[in-house]
Amino acid sequence: MWNRENIVEQWAAWGGRLDRVRLATRPLRRRVALFFAIVGPGLIVSNVDNDAGGIYTYAQSGAQFGNTVLWSLIPMTIALYVSLEMCSRLGAYTGKGLSDLIREEFGFRVTFFLMAAVLLVNLGNVMAEFTGVFWATDVFGISKYVSVPLSAVLVWVLVVHGSAKWVERIFLTICLVYFSYVVSAVLAKPDWLIALLHLLPPHLVRYVPTIRPFVQVPPFNADYAVILAGLVGTTIAPWQHFYLQAAVVEKRVGPRQYSHTRNDVLVGSISCMVIVFFIIVCTAATLHVNGIHFVDNAGTAALALKPLAGRWASGLFAIGLLNASIFAASILPLSTSYVICEALGFESGIDHKFKDAKIFYSLYTALIILGAGLVLLLGQYAKAILLWSQVLNGFLLPVVLIFLLILVNRQDLMGKKVNSKGFNWVAWISTVAMIVLTAVVVYSSLREMHQ
Amino acid sequence: MELYATELMGARTYDSQGNYVGRVREFFIEPAEAPNRVSHFLLSRGRYQPLVAKHNQVASVSAGKIELNVGERALELYQPNESLLAVQKDLLDQQIIDTRGRKVVRVNDLDLAEQRSNGNVELRVTQADVGVPGALRRLLQGVVPPKVVRKLQIGLPQSSIRWEFVNLIEADPLRRVKLRITHEKLEDLHPADLAEIMEELSATERQGIIASLDEETAAAVLAELDARLTTQIVEDLDPEKAADILEEMAPDAAADLLGDLSKETSEELLDEMPGQEAEEVRELLEFDPATAGGMMNTELVFVSEASTRDEVIEWLRNQDQNFDQLDTIVLLDSKAQYCGAVPVARLLLAAPQERLGELKMEPLLSLPPDARDNEVFELFDKYNLRTVTVVDKENRPIGAISVDDVVSHLLE
Repeated sequence: MWNRENIVEQWAAWGGRLDRVRLATRPLRRRVALFFAIVGPGLIVSNVDNDAGGIYTYAQSGAQFGNTVLWSLIPMTIALYVSLEMCSRLGAYTGKGLSDLIREEFGFRVTFFLMAAVLLVNLGNVMAEFTGVFWATDVFGISKYVSVPLSAVLVWVLVVHGSAKWVERIFLTICLVYFSYVVSAVLAKPDWLIALLHLLPPHLVRYVPTIRPFVQVPPFNADYAVILAGLVGTTIAPWQHFYLQAAVVEKRVGPRQYSHTRNDVLVGSISCMVIVFFIIVCTAATLHVNGIHFVDNAGTAALALKPLAGRWASGLFAIGLLNASIFAASILPLSTSYVICEALGFESGIDHKFKDAKIFYSLYTALIILGAGLVLLLGQYAKAILLWSQVLNGFLLPVVLIFLLILVNRQDLMGKKVNSKGFNWVAWISTVAMIVLTAVVVYSSLREMHQ
Repeated sequence: MELYATELMGARTYDSQGNYVGRVREFFIEPAEAPNRVSHFLLSRGRYQPLVAKHNQVASVSAGKIELNVGERALELYQPNESLLAVQKDLLDQQIIDTRGRKVVRVNDLDLAEQRSNGNVELRVTQADVGVPGALRRLLQGVVPPKVVRKLQIGLPQSSIRWEFVNLIEADPLRRVKLRITHEKLEDLHPADLAEIMEELSATERQGIIASLDEETAAAVLAELDARLTTQIVEDLDPEKAADILEEMAPDAAADLLGDLSKETSEELLDEMPGQEAEEVRELLEFDPATAGGMMNTELVFVSEASTRDEVIEWLRNQDQNFDQLDTIVLLDSKAQYCGAVPVARLLLAAPQERLGELKMEPLLSLPPDARDNEVFELFDKYNLRTVTVVDKENRPIGAISVDDVVSHLLE
């Protein structure tokens, strides 16, 4: 009499019958939820990318070199998409994070040194985020000794006690502030045709006689190389690759769901670059043409928003910057300690208690305290911190890309989903370009020190 | 004498005449012969083809040095062999399941013990090191002399897993057979623990483990995993195996799982299942998951209200069923209609000849299958229920909702 079988027999004996009460199919709700859950990591990763260091670098490049940096955006979009796509494919087909795979395929020692580098570079990034906080609150006249520690505590509490999903959504919504650059760029009435023309490589386009008079050729010097390296370093950051692949694995994206993720990465890469385009055009049209070539603080950067917001420009800019900084500052230390602990075999994840994942929590806390503390100590070098954190990213990126390329071309891991030839070409070219840029930056900075 | 795998990697090897042969690049365990004995050493000799030394050809072993009891000529050339477990390639840095600690960990190093047997020395793997000392040895291996490393690691927090509690993870089923990897130890774990372990693995590894578990354990694990994983696993399984597993699941859990699959896959699986079970699951699938019918399970015990305590206990005892989850017995009157419920605790304490009708709970509670989930929650909350019976229009029990159904529904 335990199960249905007997009950049916009983009813038959008693002359009863099974009455179907209500016919209803299962709602589509769950399937839709699944779709939304999968669309996301690519968009988040590219959005967090427009963080304090990013905004500074874009504004600085627009102010210093005007439209002449724009041509780098298209190759950068391709490089960003190609490298992020490889990561998400690697995650979807192996079901493992990037650091796990590096550990399994390249051994402990390689992983250890790579993770040490990731830690150092990401500490630089965290410092950049807190510098963003300092600049943003400076606009409102709040002392950095109040705002920076306060935001450090806020970030720590948000992540340890908050609901990650809601935090993410709120930040992503405020990210819409970036669109004020779009509006401001339109209001500044730049010459759009000329701006669009500069999306093509000027070195080649200038050989077309009819176009030649409109094209400004970028200077060939170390400053320009530093800016280019900074731009690439901030749009294609090493931590993004670890974060994206972990998110893909975490969200259980498999080969079947992979096409959603690839679209997500594509949309993310393009939307990120569209924003960058507008920021640079906006700063070129407002700062560069007016002879402001160096962005020294948030006030200068905010001037770019004048056409839109008038005297509210600096306030609007500050809010956008503050949001971007805190968003990135809450994601970066977390993903860094997660990646490091996973690779070296320590317990990780915020669902663990402190005593079960001591190293994870200590790393996370240390990154925040050190990041915020160093910014307080080195406040006067804010500009250098912002730019150099991006350049450090540029150092690490080729290394990560090389590991990524080796892994994604391994047939025993990926089966038929290894890179196609064209893909490999693009990826190797961007890797080599990164190495060249980084070398130029090191050379020029060493020469500067000598003088 | 204890040795570490890291101290043996790169060890210089000499033959019985004291001639240098080569360096240890890899060593192997042959699980088909002995589960923990180091059976082969791969000796690399630069541009020459590598040689293999077998366990009975080793005279002595120490950190960084191996002496053989045969001449170099007695050694065979190396041939790749799938049935050998390679320490460097298959174990170090790879994930294993710690069946006692019930979690997935990464191997940093292996602890080896020396064992002398008639003229040669055998090495046995005793523990997998997953802690800081192992990590330190890996970092300094080949750079700092082993003696110094041993001094440095004193006082560091240890973390090792005894070899008998190590369960290897191998996604390739053929290799799994060759390496004699079974998942018997996993079957002894609580399904919830096993589910947590599965969540940490990659899809292919998960698939490998599910496919090799017995159907009962696999069913229990699937019931504990989150919906996105279960759909992936079931879709990738061979339909016959999937149907066998579904058959072992409680009908409500099976219905939940099938409800998340595509229409075609779920129909295909239902066709593979035996008629009786499939019928039950099909009926449950008809209900909206946000109603009492969608939450209920169809496994319930019911008896006549006129039966006595002893009769019921006797009857239960003779059933070939697992009653671990049983907490309420449903009563039927002479018209086969629902007329009450008796908690098992009351049955336990009742006098032998007491009739169940006298033990039933007041007030008489039941739900129609189309009751919305909020009504269900309110009823559970108001009367502090553990179980409530779901009845059809003619007041006949068709299922029961227990408090764990409510909890998992609230968590969704």
